[in-house]
Amino acid sequence: MSTVLRIILQRLALGLLTLVIVSIVIFAAVNSLPGDFAQAILGQAATPEAVAAIRTQIGLDDPPVTRYMLWLYGAVQGDLGISFAQANFTTFTGSSNNVTVADQIAPRFANTMFLAGVTAAIAVPLAVTLGILAALYRNSVFDRAANIFTLSSISSPEFFVAYVLILFLAVLNPILPSLSNIYADMAMGARLKATLLPALTLTLVVTAHMMRMTRAAIINLLASPYIEMARLKGISPLRVILRHALPNALAPIINVIALNLAYLITGVVVVEVVFVYPGIGQLFVDSVKIRDIPVVQACCLIFAAAYILLNLTADILSILSNPRLRHPK
Amino acid sequence: MSVWLWIVLAFVGMGVLAWVGRRVGQMATSNAPRFRDMPYGVAFGYVFAAACILGGIWLWFLPGAVFFRWAVQGFVLFAIAAFVFRLVFRHVGTAATKRLFRAMPLTAAFGILVIIIYAVLAIFAGAIAPYGQSEILGAANVVPGGDPAMGGNPLYPLGTDQIGRDILSRLIYGAQNTVGIAFVTTLIAFFLGGSLGFLAATVGGWLDQLLSRAVDVLMAIPSLIFSLLLMTIASVWADGEKALLTVYMILIIAVIDSTRVFRLARAVGTGIVVMDYIEAARLRGEGMGWIVFREILPNAMAPLLAEFGLRFCFVFLTIASLSFLGVGIQPPLADWGTMVRDLGPFINFAAFAPLVATAPLMAAGAIALLTVAVNFVVDWMLQKSSGLKE
Repeated sequence: MSTVLRIILQRLALGLLTLVIVSIVIFAAVNSLPGDFAQAILGQAATPEAVAAIRTQIGLDDPPVTRYMLWLYGAVQGDLGISFAQANFTTFTGSSNNVTVADQIAPRFANTMFLAGVTAAIAVPLAVTLGILAALYRNSVFDRAANIFTLSSISSPEFFVAYVLILFLAVLNPILPSLSNIYADMAMGARLKATLLPALTLTLVVTAHMMRMTRAAIINLLASPYIEMARLKGISPLRVILRHALPNALAPIINVIALNLAYLITGVVVVEVVFVYPGIGQLFVDSVKIRDIPVVQACCLIFAAAYILLNLTADILSILSNPRLRHPK
Repeated sequence: MSVWLWIVLAFVGMGVLAWVGRRVGQMATSNAPRFRDMPYGVAFGYVFAAACILGGIWLWFLPGAVFFRWAVQGFVLFAIAAFVFRLVFRHVGTAATKRLFRAMPLTAAFGILVIIIYAVLAIFAGAIAPYGQSEILGAANVVPGGDPAMGGNPLYPLGTDQIGRDILSRLIYGAQNTVGIAFVTTLIAFFLGGSLGFLAATVGGWLDQLLSRAVDVLMAIPSLIFSLLLMTIASVWADGEKALLTVYMILIIAVIDSTRVFRLARAVGTGIVVMDYIEAARLRGEGMGWIVFREILPNAMAPLLAEFGLRFCFVFLTIASLSFLGVGIQPPLADWGTMVRDLGPFINFAAFAPLVATAPLMAAGAIALLTVAVNFVVDWMLQKSSGLKE
């Protein structure tokens, strides 16, 4: 057991290191901008004195290493700086009601998590069931139709899937709202209804990949001798798959689920924009358009952290579920 | 909520019907093997397929379901086209291509056909398109279909957009811009990632470590997020120069995607470097360039080609997504992602003016069709090269 613990701790340390390096990359990228934040806040018509005042105020005169340390120190404590879009000259020169990046991100982060949660709750059982069915009836009409359908939905851009769903479920048959109008104290049912269409879009994109991998993982095992044995004993095909193949295929399946949840993070950006869903992805895109650097930086860090975390989880779970990785030579 | 209730009831009904149907079949044929040995899932599958076909026929004759009819017509048309295409090339061409087409599944034939059509459109866009891509014509918001009674104009078969540019011309030029830019980007990514990957494999040591760790870090940031971050910075650098911004976008996506190519090239390269003929070339005193491009590259061609197709799809989708979000290919150039974003609101008119709603779907569908086609071809190539028969 101690070796397992050591391996997991090693992975965690590696993940943390990656996160730190990624934060350096993000910081360096943003700081390679010509001109500086002070100029960006005040615009073209700023007087040199005002620019200089803000430079000292937000500490742009410090060397980059110091600034990076301060930024990281703040970020760890949840202080991600002040949004340019919400800031103006007065907020920097005295008044106290600054809109911080953290204030902006926190409610939207919860919304995005809700969307991802709903998607995962629909997509994971659906994908695993369909994958098992496709493996059970492989090379049948069902399998081939599923293959074509999943390949098409993997390769379509998210906004195409989104618009097709809007067309059929919101415009032609008004079952679900085409815009996700979500506000703070909403009843659970209404909130779920408003989230369902973006969640369905993401489900279609993610399910396809998970289902193909589940099918491949099970079919890989079906050639092994113990499956042959089980079949020769006269067990029904469904039982062979559920009792004999699935437990051994669990490792790759869990891995693929974690990786696809990581993929969700990228998919969420486009889908949130299509449905005007008030999540972190939409905030990110809006900030990119108006060059609100602190928000872009913070969102990027959050996305990267979630991505690294999910990849790490996939890594650790695959080690835990595979004895050969658990006891390396 | 009643909709969900109906769906659940329909599934329960089909389940019962499957059981009853199998039972009746067993009794009517006095336990013929076909019914006796039929698993329940298969019986359910038959009932489900029959329900789907009946539902499809019902939808086809439903007066409101215009989009469904168009989708079915498009699907059948493409299937027939792919079938004819395959049939023709089974009898025309050299012996090798004939053999290739004889063993080809219909999906791959469809993919190749679509890729050829897109390539022709992209190369000859200037000659095919009736108008210029940013030419503002007389009338704005002309309805597609070319029927004057419905608000169309036969001069603009697919209508015009909000500021009066011909949608058909923009779709054709979109093939040139979107596909062309994605192709160039993929080429750069392959050149960069491939040569660095092979170099890391040949030299090894600290260079290999340095490059690999750098790639690991870049791959730890989700690619769309990273490209959005870098595009923000690039837009400050470009300072309003639209053409320059497009060049920056190509470089940014190429660099981000080259990390994935690097991984593959390095993995394939390390396998080849230990071969005897590399040893022989080294002993002959060949330089690094010769070893990478004349010894390793030809032997790593097959996996790299399949990867090229997949990478192209990813790059293409990334560029389309960036353009859709408004930070990709810039306005004077026509491109599909931007068109979807601009024409998107038209989809709300689908209920009473179906033709109007086709405009954004056509642009988004053009993107989807190409990626689906490339994926079909790559899928077939991988299946063929791995010899998977299951």
